[in-house]
Amino acid sequence: MSTDLSIEIGSLKLKNPVMLASGTVGYGNEISTFMDLSRIGAIVTKSVSLKPRKGNPPQRIVETPSGMLNAIGLANVGVEEFVKSKIPFLEKVHSTVICNIAASSVEEYVECARILDYEEVIKGFEINVSCPNVKEGGLIFGNDINAVGRITEKVRAVTDKPVIIKLSPNTSNISEFAKTAKEGGADAVSAINTLVGTSFDIYTRKPKIKNVTGGLSGPAIKPVALAKVLEISRCVDIPIIGIGGIMNWKDAVEFMICGAMAVQLGTVNFINPTAAIEIIEGINNYCKEMSVSSVKEIVASYHIQ
Amino acid sequence: MNIFKIPVLTNSKIAENTFLMKCHSPELAADMKPGQFCNIKVSESDYPLLRRPFSICDAEGNNIYFMFDVHGEGTRLLSRKKQGDLIDLIAPLGNGFGIDDDYDTAVLIAGGIGAAPFPYLTRILKGSKKIVTYIGGRSSELVLKYGLENFSTATDDGSEGFQGNVVQLFESKFEMLKSSDIKVFACGPNPMLRAVKNFCSERGINCEVSVECAMACGFGICQGCPIEKSEVDGSYLLVCKDGPVFNINDIVI
Repeated sequence: MSTDLSIEIGSLKLKNPVMLASGTVGYGNEISTFMDLSRIGAIVTKSVSLKPRKGNPPQRIVETPSGMLNAIGLANVGVEEFVKSKIPFLEKVHSTVICNIAASSVEEYVECARILDYEEVIKGFEINVSCPNVKEGGLIFGNDINAVGRITEKVRAVTDKPVIIKLSPNTSNISEFAKTAKEGGADAVSAINTLVGTSFDIYTRKPKIKNVTGGLSGPAIKPVALAKVLEISRCVDIPIIGIGGIMNWKDAVEFMICGAMAVQLGTVNFINPTAAIEIIEGINNYCKEMSVSSVKEIVASYHIQ
Repeated sequence: MNIFKIPVLTNSKIAENTFLMKCHSPELAADMKPGQFCNIKVSESDYPLLRRPFSICDAEGNNIYFMFDVHGEGTRLLSRKKQGDLIDLIAPLGNGFGIDDDYDTAVLIAGGIGAAPFPYLTRILKGSKKIVTYIGGRSSELVLKYGLENFSTATDDGSEGFQGNVVQLFESKFEMLKSSDIKVFACGPNPMLRAVKNFCSERGINCEVSVECAMACGFGICQGCPIEKSEVDGSYLLVCKDGPVFNINDIVI
């Protein structure tokens, strides 16, 4: 019996539930030397903004116990250059490409989505309303439920492609945000973006990253991410893409059991750039072992008394 | 660039806080250029989580060498690797030194563990270029001479050679070097590289520096290792992908 690994997120059909998270694989070209991207469920591009962004000055990253803090600051080439120089590569990889959009105003999100809607290779949008490392937009939107609703509605109005809202964990009621995204017309939510954290040098008494705070990722955040996914799963009927510290197939399956229809791999790509392939194979073997004919049977299959 | 698992042949302490690790890899010994680096997974667990970047120190026959100071959990674990242990690394990474320019004397300036990439550079340049090397350390036991030739030393405490820093030593010898066509290669802490840059750019000396920087991926996807460009165009260079070797005119240190 062969296992059906395909899943759907709104109108988007993916060959398997393993996606590469935004900001952890650039625009795909470097990581394609390690693996065949056509085998991956989907690639989410690094955040694209209307204008190019230089990003934050160094130091941008620091390792923490079983995790890392980053404050890259959405460094990217801007939508015009993205279309000119990055889309041609993405057209060649035969993978499902989801474009992540970041912005500092509602109009900017809409304008980016409008421009990119014409690009056939882009099969959906992930809206970053939760970057913790930029002064304008980012987390300010992520914590403002009305803004998330407005952004979702306005972006929805300019594209028929699937719209995914990437939610911030830096809030006490993530499922309310998921509900708002659903009501605004989102096809799915992805959860979670990084958690705000910091780290100081005890001798210089200075922050280890220039931005003072950064986004915590890696295995350290997995239990938090699982709890957020579970919360959304129990409160809102919307496909969830689980993200947060997935290092291997067991982590991915755990997210799916807690309610994730698909998963995104982030920090692990920096350490093991072939992790996605190993995780797809691991999920497939698990399904066989559990005599599951479709991976969708695992989704939200938790037993809670 | 690929992921390799290569066996350790020897791993020995060569100075107070410094180890030299020899690994077997015919492929990397043949492919890697001086100045390039490897990103090593020091632990099989999630702690430490990230790989650690190390310059290739030398390559000879079927073997490659790494030289590293122990100063954190990652390097402490690496120092404990024994013969037969497999090292998981991503390599070759980065650009390497520009060795084919038109010059007749290579001036190597090493500060502390900044000596790490120079044994291999010395091996490759030997025979075709004259090599003059300046090695600096805080004290005599921290001056790393492994694999280096025709060197003078500088120590902060005066316990060996010139008393002062290695850039001052280079500056004091500059009159003598001036008669030949030189190219400077420098590696060490940023304040040292800044002094080298200031001295060389004022005099129009051809100079490359190898920059040390914390990294996550080592191949350009995490964007974690930016370095300021001399030319202001609204973007940074990445140490891992655009470097780690830079012409001093291209970066702000």
